[in-house]
Amino acid sequence: MMSDLNTLTIAEARDKLRAGEVTSAELTEACLAAIEGAGALNAFVHDTPEIARAQAAAADARIRAGDAPSMCGIPLGIKDLFCTKGVPSQAASAILAGFKPEYESTVSQQLWDAGAVMLGKLNMDEFAMGSSNETSTYGNAVNPWRRGNDDTPLTPGGSSGGSAAAVAADLCLAATGTDTGGSIRQPAAFTGITGIKPTYGRCSRWGIVAFASSLDQAGPMTKSVRDAAIMLEAMCGHDPKDSTSADIPVPNFEAALTGDIRGKKIGIPKEYRMEGMPAEIEKLWADGTAMLKDAGAEIVDISLPHTKYALPAYYVIAPAEASSNLARYDGVRYGHRAKLAAGDGITEMYEKTRAEGFGHEVQRRVMVGTYVLSAGFYDAYYNRARKVRTLIKKDFEDVFAAGVDAILTPATPSAAFGLGEMKDADPVQMYLNDVFTVTVNLAGLPGIAVPAGLDPQGLPLGLQLIGKPWEEGELLNTAYVLEQAAGFVSKPGKWW
Amino acid sequence: MSIDTETAARVAKLARIKVEDSALPALAEEFNTILGFIEELNEVDVEGVEPMTSVTPMRLKRRADVVTEGDQQDKILANAPDAREGFFAVPKVVE
Repeated sequence: MMSDLNTLTIAEARDKLRAGEVTSAELTEACLAAIEGAGALNAFVHDTPEIARAQAAAADARIRAGDAPSMCGIPLGIKDLFCTKGVPSQAASAILAGFKPEYESTVSQQLWDAGAVMLGKLNMDEFAMGSSNETSTYGNAVNPWRRGNDDTPLTPGGSSGGSAAAVAADLCLAATGTDTGGSIRQPAAFTGITGIKPTYGRCSRWGIVAFASSLDQAGPMTKSVRDAAIMLEAMCGHDPKDSTSADIPVPNFEAALTGDIRGKKIGIPKEYRMEGMPAEIEKLWADGTAMLKDAGAEIVDISLPHTKYALPAYYVIAPAEASSNLARYDGVRYGHRAKLAAGDGITEMYEKTRAEGFGHEVQRRVMVGTYVLSAGFYDAYYNRARKVRTLIKKDFEDVFAAGVDAILTPATPSAAFGLGEMKDADPVQMYLNDVFTVTVNLAGLPGIAVPAGLDPQGLPLGLQLIGKPWEEGELLNTAYVLEQAAGFVSKPGKWW
Repeated sequence: MSIDTETAARVAKLARIKVEDSALPALAEEFNTILGFIEELNEVDVEGVEPMTSVTPMRLKRRADVVTEGDQQDKILANAPDAREGFFAVPKVVE
C-alpha cells in the first residue's frame, strides 16, 4: 500500500527500504501530503519540503550503495527547540521571531548524518515551559485523539505537544522531543505513543535552546518501543561541545530488546499512589504490574520518601536556571527588538523587548527564578531546593542498591484534558501534570512512557518505567515487554 | 513569606521585564501562589545535606585554551536586529 507509507514505524520502513520495496522519496512524499492535510492539528509550524526531498534523494542513493544505517531515509519532525541551520528555530517564542541559526544542533546533525530526513519544525510550549502546548507563539497544537464523538479539542500535552500530535497522527515516522520535567513522557502518554528521556548526559544539549540546563535532555518520540531504541541510539553520544555529555560508549539499544525480563525486580513506589487518583489510572497501573509479573518479573513494594517535594524543588530549580539561560534574549544579538521611544536607553530596550517577546508563562518563570536567586533568598529557596534534590536522587539510589531494576508508575495523573480547560486554574494546578515525571529529571535518570490502555472516554493512557543511570537498554527491554503485553494498537480516528 | 506589589516591581526590574503598574497586583498574587507551593520544602530536614551541583557524577573535561572556531563575524551578526560596520548596535549607553 503506497498510500499509507506515513503510518509505518521506523523499523518497518527501514526493512522495506533495505529490501528495495519503498524509497525514502516515497516515504517523504507520503508524510508531506499528510502534513499538508493536517493544518487543523497545528503540529508542524515550519515546513521544509525542499530539504526533505534533497535529503530523501541522498538517502536513497546511500541505500542503493548498501550503506544504510537504521535511520537512513526515515522522515522525521524536529521540535522547534532544536537549532536547525538556515531553518527558523524559535522555541515557539515571539522573542526569536526571524531567527535562523547559522549552525545545527548536535542531535539533529547526528540524525542527518545517519541519513534521516527533516520534514519541518514542530510546535511546542514557549521555551518548553508548559504541559499543554498552550503557551506557544504559534497557537495551540491539537491532539488527534478525541473523547468518543465529542469534538472538544484536546491538548496533546506539552511541552513537546507538536511532536506528540505529529507522531500520533502519522504526519512523520517519529519526532525529536526534549524533556525537562516530563515534556517527552507526558505528551507521549496523552497521544498514545512512546517517548523516552535518556539519562542526563546521554544526548548532547549543544544547539538545543536551553531551558533548565541541569534537567534538559533530548529524546525520541515514536510509534513503538523498538523505534525508540533505534532512534535514541542515533541521537546519543559524546559531544566535546557539551561538557555535560557523557564520554561513554552508546550500546546497541535495539539488540537489548530480548523480551526476557524473568527475574528482574520491578519496584512499585507507594508515594505515587496519590490521593484522588482516578480509578482508570489506578487500574492501568495495577494491570501493568500484573503484566510484568506474568512475564516473570518480581514485583516489590518500594518507598521513595521525598517524592512529594519533587515538584516544589523543580519549581525553584527550573525557573532559577531559566532566568539565567533566558537572560541572553535582550534584543541585541538575535530575534525581536522592541521599537523604542525617544529618549529610551538600553535598559528600556531590554525591558520592552522582553515584555513584548516573552509570553506570560515564560515571564512568570523568569521572574520566579530571579526572585529565588536574589540576594537574601538564595539560601532559603535555591540552595534548599538543591539539597532536596540530593535527597530525591538518594531515594532512587537506595532502591537501586537494594536490587530494584526498574520502577513502574503511571505517566500522568489523567488523560488528555481539553484545550482551555485549565485557563482559570492557578499555575500550580498545571504544574501538577508533571507529578510522576519530574522526579526522574531531578535524579538524572532515564524514563520512558509507553501507551498501555484507554480510559472510559476512549483516550490513551500511559505507564512510565524508570531505569538505572545509563541502563537505557534494559529499560527499553522492560518497556518492550510491557508494550507487547498491553497490546496497545488503537489509533485516533481521522477527523482533521 | 508574602510578596507585595513593591517586591513584584523589584523582581520585574531585576529580570529586565517591563510590567505595567496595573499588572503588579495580579503578578504578586501569582508569585504568592507559587511561593506558597515552594514553601513545602521547609518541611524537609536538610541538615548536613550537600546541595546538588551535578546530577551525574562526572569530572568536566578540559581542553587546551586555544581558539577552536573563529573568523565568522558575518555569521555571528547575521541574526542581529541591528548590526553596523561589523558590530552589534544598541542605543547609546554612555552619556
